[in-house]
Amino acid sequence: MSGFLQALFLQAGYNAALVAVGAALLGFAAGAGGSFLFLRKRALVSDAVAHATLPGVGLAFIVMVALGGDGRSLPGLLIGSALSAWLGLLAVGWLVQRTRLSEDAAIGAVLSVFFGLGIVLLTVIQSMSQGRQAGLEGFLLGSTAGMLFQDAILIAGGGAVVVALIWLLRRPMTMVAFDPGFAAARGVDVRRVDLAMMGLVLAVTVIGLKLVGLILIVALLIIPPVTARFWSERAETVVWTAGVIGAVSGYVGAALSASAPALPTGPIIVLISAALFALSLLFAPARGVLASVLSRRAFQTRVHRRQGLLALSRAEPIHDPLTVKILHREGLMRADGVATDAGHAAGAKISRDERRWSIARKQHYDTALTGRYDGLTPIEDVFTADEIAHFDAALPRRV
Amino acid sequence: MGSEFVQFSLTPILIGIFAAMACALPGNFLILRRQALIGDAISHVVLPGIVVAFLITGTVRTWPMLLGAAGAALVAVILIEAVRRLGKIEPGAAMGVIFTSLFAGGVLLLEQSDTSSVHLDVEHALMGNLEQLIWLRADGWGSLLDLVALSYLPPELTRMVIVFAIIAALTAVFWRPLKLSSFDEGFARALGLPVTLIGLGLVASAAAAAVAAFDAVGSIIVIAMFICPPAAARLMTNRLGVQVAWSLAFATLSAIFGYVLAGYGPLWIGAESSVSAAGMVAVVSGLILAAACLFGPARDRIGVAVGG
Repeated sequence: MSGFLQALFLQAGYNAALVAVGAALLGFAAGAGGSFLFLRKRALVSDAVAHATLPGVGLAFIVMVALGGDGRSLPGLLIGSALSAWLGLLAVGWLVQRTRLSEDAAIGAVLSVFFGLGIVLLTVIQSMSQGRQAGLEGFLLGSTAGMLFQDAILIAGGGAVVVALIWLLRRPMTMVAFDPGFAAARGVDVRRVDLAMMGLVLAVTVIGLKLVGLILIVALLIIPPVTARFWSERAETVVWTAGVIGAVSGYVGAALSASAPALPTGPIIVLISAALFALSLLFAPARGVLASVLSRRAFQTRVHRRQGLLALSRAEPIHDPLTVKILHREGLMRADGVATDAGHAAGAKISRDERRWSIARKQHYDTALTGRYDGLTPIEDVFTADEIAHFDAALPRRV
Repeated sequence: MGSEFVQFSLTPILIGIFAAMACALPGNFLILRRQALIGDAISHVVLPGIVVAFLITGTVRTWPMLLGAAGAALVAVILIEAVRRLGKIEPGAAMGVIFTSLFAGGVLLLEQSDTSSVHLDVEHALMGNLEQLIWLRADGWGSLLDLVALSYLPPELTRMVIVFAIIAALTAVFWRPLKLSSFDEGFARALGLPVTLIGLGLVASAAAAAVAAFDAVGSIIVIAMFICPPAAARLMTNRLGVQVAWSLAFATLSAIFGYVLAGYGPLWIGAESSVSAAGMVAVVSGLILAAACLFGPARDRIGVAVGG
C-alpha cells in the first residue's frame, strides 16, 4: 500500500514517475480523441486501427535491420505502425464506400487480415539472425519496463500535441459527430473533419503502442468516452470528462503497476477505466441504473397514490397491495381501508381536478397546455387561477 | 506428396479446413445481421475463460479449457447485452467496453498466476499451434486405412469435425427461420418466429465454433474466418444458399493455401524456416476478399448483380 501511495505521489523513483505522467497524458489524449469516434458511432474503428499497426511495426523492424540498423528504434517503429494503420483505415473506408459490405464487416476484415500479416512478419523476424528482436512482442500487450527517457518524452510530447489538436478542432468535430448533414450544410468539409478525427485516433494508437500495447489501446479509446457519456448531455463536456477519466485511469494504473512488479501496466490501466465505467453505469445521476430505478419507483408511487385517492374519493375498496401500502404510509388511509381526513381532502381535490381537466380539454384549444394532461400533473401547474375558476363555472352541478 | 506430407501437413490442413468452415458458416448470418464483430469479441474473451479454467482445475486438459472458454463467451454476450440495455449505449461501443475489459482481466490473471510454464501464453492464444498438430503414426497415404494409425490422429481433428458437423446440421435444420430473421426481422417476428431465440442460438453456435477453433488454431484464424470468407462470398451472389457455398469454398481455400504458403512458401524463396500458419491463413483470406472486392459480380452497393 505504501508503495502504491509513493508511486501515486511520484515518489517511487524517476522512472515510475515518468511512466505515470506519460500514462496520464496518453489517457487524456485517448479519452478525448476517442470521444468523437464514440459520438460518431464508430467506436470499433479504433479496433481496426490498433490491429493494423502490427504489420507496420514488423516491416519497419525488417527494413531498419536491412539498412544495417538496430531495428528497435522507437521512432522508426512508430512511423511504420502509423503508415500501416493509415493503410488499414483507407481499406476500411474503401470497403464501406465501394462495396456493399457494412462497416462492421469491413472493420473485422481489416483487423484480422492486417493482424495476421503482422504475426507472419513477427515469425519472419524471429528467424532472422541479425537484429535484436527481443521486446518486439511488447507491442502486442505493451511493456513499460524497458521504457527509456526518450520514449517517455515521445509519449508525453505526442499526447500533448494530440490534446492541442483536439482543442483546436473541437467545434467542427463535434458538429460532424452529431449531425454530418447539418455540418455539411453549414459549410464544414465533413470528409476532411472525418480524416482529422481518424488521424488523431491513429496518433493516439501509435503513441500508446509502447505503453499499453496494440490490443489494449482500443480500451482506452472506447471506455472513457462511454463512461463520460453517463455524466453529461453536452458534447464538449463529454470530450473533456472522457479525457480526465482516461488520465486518471492512466495515472492510477501506472502507479499501481509501479508498486507491484507482477502487475502489468496495460491491463491495470484498462481495468481501472473499466471500474470507473461500472461505477458510472450504476451510479451516474441522470443516466445511471440506480437513478433510473429510483425515478421509476417515484413514478410508480405517484401513479398508485393517484389511483388510490381516486378510489377513496369514490369510496371504492382498494385491493392493490402497493397502493394500500403507499396510502397507508402517507397517512391517507387507515388500516381498515377507510380514508383519513387528509385522504378525504386529497381524494376530493384529485377528483375535482380530474373534472376540471376534462372541461379544460374541451374548452381549450392550446394543445401545448392541454397536452400536458397525463393524470399526474396538478392542474394549477398548467393553468392560472382565473382559468381554473372559469373551468369550475362550467362544471356540471352535482346533485 | 509422399509419406512426409501425410505425417506433417495433412492433419494440420484438415483441422484448418474444418475450423475455417465451422467459423465461416455462422459468419454468413452474423454479417447479414451486422454482428460481424461478435466473433472478434468472443475470441478476445476466450482468454480469461481458459485462464480461469486453468486456475480452477490446475490442468491444461481440453475439456475444462473448452468449458471455461464457452463460459467466458456466454458471460461476455450477457454483459454486452446488459450494458447496451442498462446504459442505452450503441452496440459497437458496448461490445468494445466489455471485450477489452475482459481481455485485460485475462492478461492480468495470466501474468499473476504462473501459467506461462504450462504452455499457456498470450502468443500461443493468438497464433494457435496449427503446425504442431501432426500425425506422427502415419507413414504414407495407406495409413488412412490403418485403424491403429487412425486412432493416433490428433484429437483436435475429431473435435473440429464434430463441431463443424453439428453447426452444419443446425444450419440446415433452421435454414428457413435463420434466413427470414436475418433478412427481415420484422417480417419474421410477424410470422411468429422466436426471433430473439434464433439470434441467441446463432451467437451460441458462433461461440461454440470460436471456442473449438480457438483451441486448435488460435484466435487470428477465428476472427478472420468469421468475416473474410462470408464477406467475399457476399460479393459473389445475391442468393443466400449460393453465398454459404461460396463462403465454405473460400474458407477451405484460405486454410489450404495459407498453410502451404506458410510451411513451404519461405523455402521456395530461399529462406530456411516457415512462418506463422495462422497468420498466413488470415492473409490468404484477406487476399481472396480483396479479389472479390475487385471482381466479384455482386460487389456493388445497389445489390444487383452485373448483367443479372
